[in-house]
Amino acid sequence: MPPTIDDVFRMNEVTARREVVAARGIKVTFGAVKALDGADLVIHAGECVGLVGHNGAGKSTIVNVINGGLTPHAGEITHAGKGGQHGISAARASGIRCVFQELSLCPNLTVTENARIMHAELAGWNWRTKARALVERKLQDIFPGHRIDCDSTVDDLSIAERQMVEIAISFAGLHEKPKLVILDEPTSSLDAGLAAQLMAYIRRFVGEGGSVLLISHILGEILSTSDRIVVMKDGRVVADRAAPEFSSRSLVEAMGNVVREQEWLRSPGKRGGAPVLSTPPRRGHGLAFEAHRGEMVGLAGLGGHGQTETLLDLYLSRNGNWWPAREKEISFVAGDRGLNGTFPLWSILKNLSIASLRNLSSNSIVDRGREASLGNGWKKRIEIRTPDMENHILSLSGGNQQKVLFARALATTARIVLMDDPMRGVDVGTKQEVYEILRAEAAGGRTFIWYSTEMDEIRLCDRVYVFREGAIVAELVGDEITEQNVLEASFAGGEAA
Amino acid sequence: MNAARRHLFSRPWIWSFAATIIVWIVTVLFTGGASSLDLSQAALTFAAFSVIVGIGQMFVITLGPGNIDLSVPATMTLSGTLALKLMDVQDGMIIVGLLLSILLGFAVGIGNYVLIKLLRIPPIIATLSMSFIIQSTAIWANRGLRIKPPDMLADFTTSNLFGIPNIAIVALILSALAWVLLEKTIYGRWISAIGQSTFAARMTGIPVDGTRLVTYILCAVLASICGYLLASFSGGAALNMGSEYLLMSIAVVVIGGTAVAGGNSNIPGIWGASLFMFLVVSMLNTYGFGAGFRLILTGLIIIAVIFVAGGRQSNR
Repeated sequence: MPPTIDDVFRMNEVTARREVVAARGIKVTFGAVKALDGADLVIHAGECVGLVGHNGAGKSTIVNVINGGLTPHAGEITHAGKGGQHGISAARASGIRCVFQELSLCPNLTVTENARIMHAELAGWNWRTKARALVERKLQDIFPGHRIDCDSTVDDLSIAERQMVEIAISFAGLHEKPKLVILDEPTSSLDAGLAAQLMAYIRRFVGEGGSVLLISHILGEILSTSDRIVVMKDGRVVADRAAPEFSSRSLVEAMGNVVREQEWLRSPGKRGGAPVLSTPPRRGHGLAFEAHRGEMVGLAGLGGHGQTETLLDLYLSRNGNWWPAREKEISFVAGDRGLNGTFPLWSILKNLSIASLRNLSSNSIVDRGREASLGNGWKKRIEIRTPDMENHILSLSGGNQQKVLFARALATTARIVLMDDPMRGVDVGTKQEVYEILRAEAAGGRTFIWYSTEMDEIRLCDRVYVFREGAIVAELVGDEITEQNVLEASFAGGEAA
Repeated sequence: MNAARRHLFSRPWIWSFAATIIVWIVTVLFTGGASSLDLSQAALTFAAFSVIVGIGQMFVITLGPGNIDLSVPATMTLSGTLALKLMDVQDGMIIVGLLLSILLGFAVGIGNYVLIKLLRIPPIIATLSMSFIIQSTAIWANRGLRIKPPDMLADFTTSNLFGIPNIAIVALILSALAWVLLEKTIYGRWISAIGQSTFAARMTGIPVDGTRLVTYILCAVLASICGYLLASFSGGAALNMGSEYLLMSIAVVVIGGTAVAGGNSNIPGIWGASLFMFLVVSMLNTYGFGAGFRLILTGLIIIAVIFVAGGRQSNR
């Protein structure tokens, strides 16, 4: 007897509820930081799951757990209901593909050759022809009317074209179609038209029984394309509901639902007088930047939208590269210790004193006695946990190294201190200690310019600039600084698009 | 006792001195002790030249990966040639000749850094191309004439004070100055910081370009002074007089325990390594090996020393 319409419908429903991958109770810690704290994420066949949350909520970490790149410290991963195997190859064998936020094509190879890397089955005689046909077909499928030459090297493509190629390669399959494609910010460099094509394709792919995990900061896309939306915050899933139950407003609220007490009393009226630091709008659009004496200015917005570049520009434009400055005007606290913070061969003391040597020396000869007393003063004040300041800098924990970097900047005579998300990887106790010191220093007339990806820190500021796409798009003063306002300003452009 | 030994053995220069003493004993034993004073004096004299250029090279290498000055030999040659020509065997011109050498060093150092910075050429290429220019200038200035040094200067460079060669005393004074510069001054901290992480150094307010420029000038000035002394010592400038100091200036830095990756440098080690390099050659000479075999052995010994020293460092 041929199957009735009802039977087909029921079968589809059964397929629709089949698990492709399930992560349950996942915990991942990096040092003192809990990146994932018991997160659950289950993806079924034939659905598009939208994943949202602010920076550091754990989105990328859970993606890396699902695609096998990270082994969780607790919890279990099952593929199609079966557990036991974990790792990149196991994830790939069960049909999971991932398009990364940082584009991961080899720039010196052609599009076809890149396809060969992703698809090992494109082997044997004449694989180039097969690969070219595969990629071209898929590109045409997803982005009809594209003008990408599959024989050109990736280097010659624009950023948008690279992203298109990577998406096409991930969706393509020679013998087997992928079961789950993870798209991490897939539209970050696509224009509205291409993004719409991609969203339409995702719906078709899902309709044919595939699954997609879509991560995006553009809420409009998430709301229109997903079947179900998962909201993460601080390493946990805080909401997991069908997409129609969310509105743009309620999504933003879900991302930042915990409103903590305002602990810091802002002192009004700091804006009087001339600014101690100001720059015109970056690249000619957005708002101008200025900071006043004793003010704590926050730079907010999603990560990588120009905050660090602004800090570097401010610093480098006021520090000569040829002549030593007579009076240090501005100092800098690094967030990325390994890249621009510590000097790994040196002791703690030398790392601390390097920025204030001029005040510790007479006739260019460094006075060891004064250097040691400066070190001991800061060791007490900021509680650097070490028996001896002559110990190697790398003997300290990450949080304590970060305190040394704070002490380095605060020990100078500079009246302006720039901070580039300096609390990354710092535990709560240390943060509280440092906040106290910053508060005291600001009251003493120092100006702080503080880029932070943490909302709690942004709320400590007197005034906040919100960045989007390299420019300042909003200025929030005093009580306007709420998580909701910051998120709205960070996302506003996406909703309009 | 144990702590003292650990303290001593944590100094990288101890190894080059230990090797030097062993080679010295082996050589003296072979000659029956007859020439031990002569051997020591010759070693001090020739090591002094390597020390002077080695210190300059060490400052440059401290600046971090990729920093090296290959124009040292050409600078030595040009400095020797021009200084002797200017002095023209007159004792009254000795100081003027020295000033000319120092000035030349300044010019070469600035030239090197201009190539590195403005044309964005890696230091290894920039200083090599600079050395072609300098060497050609030396050939043009020399024209095959061998001018003698002023008598007073020649006497000074070849005689001893209380049995120690004057040249070695000059090198010792320069080493002491360099040690103060490196260990005690702000400048010393700065070059070490740049060598560890240029970006971090920039972000702590160190004027990176200015510091690097000064370092390249310092290296070229020391090479110039060395060329001036060497030409006076050997009775006239020769066009190939600097050539052996290309490898030498780098080898003594590396054998002496300075980190090739930058940030960490060591002046006593340069003395140990320079004495060692001379003594190895003279030891092989006294054993009567031919030139070819001697070079092969010298190469093998350098590799062995670096291997032993490198194995020690990776245990850190």
